[in-house]
Amino acid sequence: MFLTDEEKSILDGERGAGYQKAMELIYALGLTFDAEKLIPIKRAHVALSGQEGDTYWCELLVNGGAVCAVPPTTNPYWDTAYLTKFFDVTREELELAERTGDAYRRIGAKLTYHCAPGLGTNVPFFGEHVAFSESSATPYVNGALGARSNRESSVSALAAAVIGKTPLYGYHLDECRRGDFLIDVDADMPECYDWGILGHCVGKIAGSRNPVLRFKNTPRPGQEDFLYFGAEAATSGAVAMYHMVGVTPEAPTLEAAFGGRKIPSAECVITNKELKAEEDSLTPATGEINLVMLGCPHYTYNQLLEVERLFAGRRVNGGTAFWILAEAGAVELAERSHLRQRLELLGVRMVGDTCIDEPCWKSFEGSLGVTDSPKCAYYRERRGQPFAIRRLSVCVEAAVKGRLD
Amino acid sequence: MDNVKVYKCRSIVRGRGEGEAVVSKDAMCFYLTDPKTGTVIERNHAIQGKSIAGKVLVVQSGKGSSVVQVDGFYQLWVKNNLPSAIILGEAEPVIVSSAVIVGETMVDRLEADPFEVIEDGDYVEVDADAQEVRVWKGGKAAK
Repeated sequence: MFLTDEEKSILDGERGAGYQKAMELIYALGLTFDAEKLIPIKRAHVALSGQEGDTYWCELLVNGGAVCAVPPTTNPYWDTAYLTKFFDVTREELELAERTGDAYRRIGAKLTYHCAPGLGTNVPFFGEHVAFSESSATPYVNGALGARSNRESSVSALAAAVIGKTPLYGYHLDECRRGDFLIDVDADMPECYDWGILGHCVGKIAGSRNPVLRFKNTPRPGQEDFLYFGAEAATSGAVAMYHMVGVTPEAPTLEAAFGGRKIPSAECVITNKELKAEEDSLTPATGEINLVMLGCPHYTYNQLLEVERLFAGRRVNGGTAFWILAEAGAVELAERSHLRQRLELLGVRMVGDTCIDEPCWKSFEGSLGVTDSPKCAYYRERRGQPFAIRRLSVCVEAAVKGRLD
Repeated sequence: MDNVKVYKCRSIVRGRGEGEAVVSKDAMCFYLTDPKTGTVIERNHAIQGKSIAGKVLVVQSGKGSSVVQVDGFYQLWVKNNLPSAIILGEAEPVIVSSAVIVGETMVDRLEADPFEVIEDGDYVEVDADAQEVRVWKGGKAAK
């Protein structure tokens, strides 16, 4: 791999240990994936998590003198000031959260604490080379926006932000962005929830290949639809790039989606029946619930409005908590428009900057929760809370009754 | 008669490690191991219930989100329960990143299919510096 003299000097430690560590990681990735050279980036997103491994790496770089050349946006951890009013956490859990915020502040990150940067807080242009971690953000910027990012880890995205460069390989190259196989879709896609279920089906079939979806009736997906689709395709599989014929920017035609290569026959057809079967396989649980948890990925302002519409003035059952995790800007807008206050009167709480996979939620563990996100269910189950997965309207009905039938 | 077989490989993270082989045809998320023992806890995984601590792990690839893999490696690292070395079937950016930050010896591109030539119980030396993997079939005692 070609390195400039300046890049070599960073690798040799001439700018200090922090930059050297970051360059070592970028160099190792470049060598592993046969990159020809490094390319400059002007945008990065780091999947900060508040987990020890991730915080260790950020501290290692910043204590070694590194500061980000490109200030990256970051994923959420949890809003310690607000949530400690509701939930008990240990001193160690609180300290780790504070260490994380401190390290990322010192390294010069843009602390957006939001997992869907492509929707508003960090939106790359078509064809722009970026380094985005967060498994749901990568397919969004590649597939829906036509920007170019590898499936970065949180640590490699931070290294790229520090150096301002990333190795040229994988999804940065035309030949790795083309479709690998074809799926026909003949299904109604009324809500983002349905796009999530479709993504879950597609991820299982795709593995790490690039799917091309051909729809019987060309849909017009919105932000949340693309987001849910990619989040689930990257959870059940490792999809980081996709095409939807006549919809996504690199697939104006079927031929374009396959980059001029031979178009294969469809590997399968997904209809309403397959989507229903997938949903049923994900969501067998019913019974009393202690929590409705929405916002994985983070809810948008429009989704907050939809929650209010579905409640139609009814209230959350006394034995159930209702939490929405949203982008901080959406929470702020909800506050200004009094949507937040109206929802609180119904028993619905919202919080910004916060992920479902954090220690503050542990008091709900052991009982059944309901969510509209398979990804939420997957991560929470590992921490000890089983979740049923239902579309938003069903989640709201369950919240009103305090049980899921 | 020495029954060692030697295979060329490519170094991803330099270093040397040796031990008994544990072979996983499934991709792995290291977050789904118990850091205190190195035991794989993922349900329905090819090596569920086996410990990877101190072993030479032959694994198809990495999987899982862009951050939990890193923490999985980190937690095993601080408790001294990482594998002594990892032989990858297929490299993938997140597992490579994770290995780099904790300095876990890692190689790929073995000149023979690692899932053909290595099985559980073999004794394996991974010398990433020499870009070489040495395999004693059935364990070193069989030598």
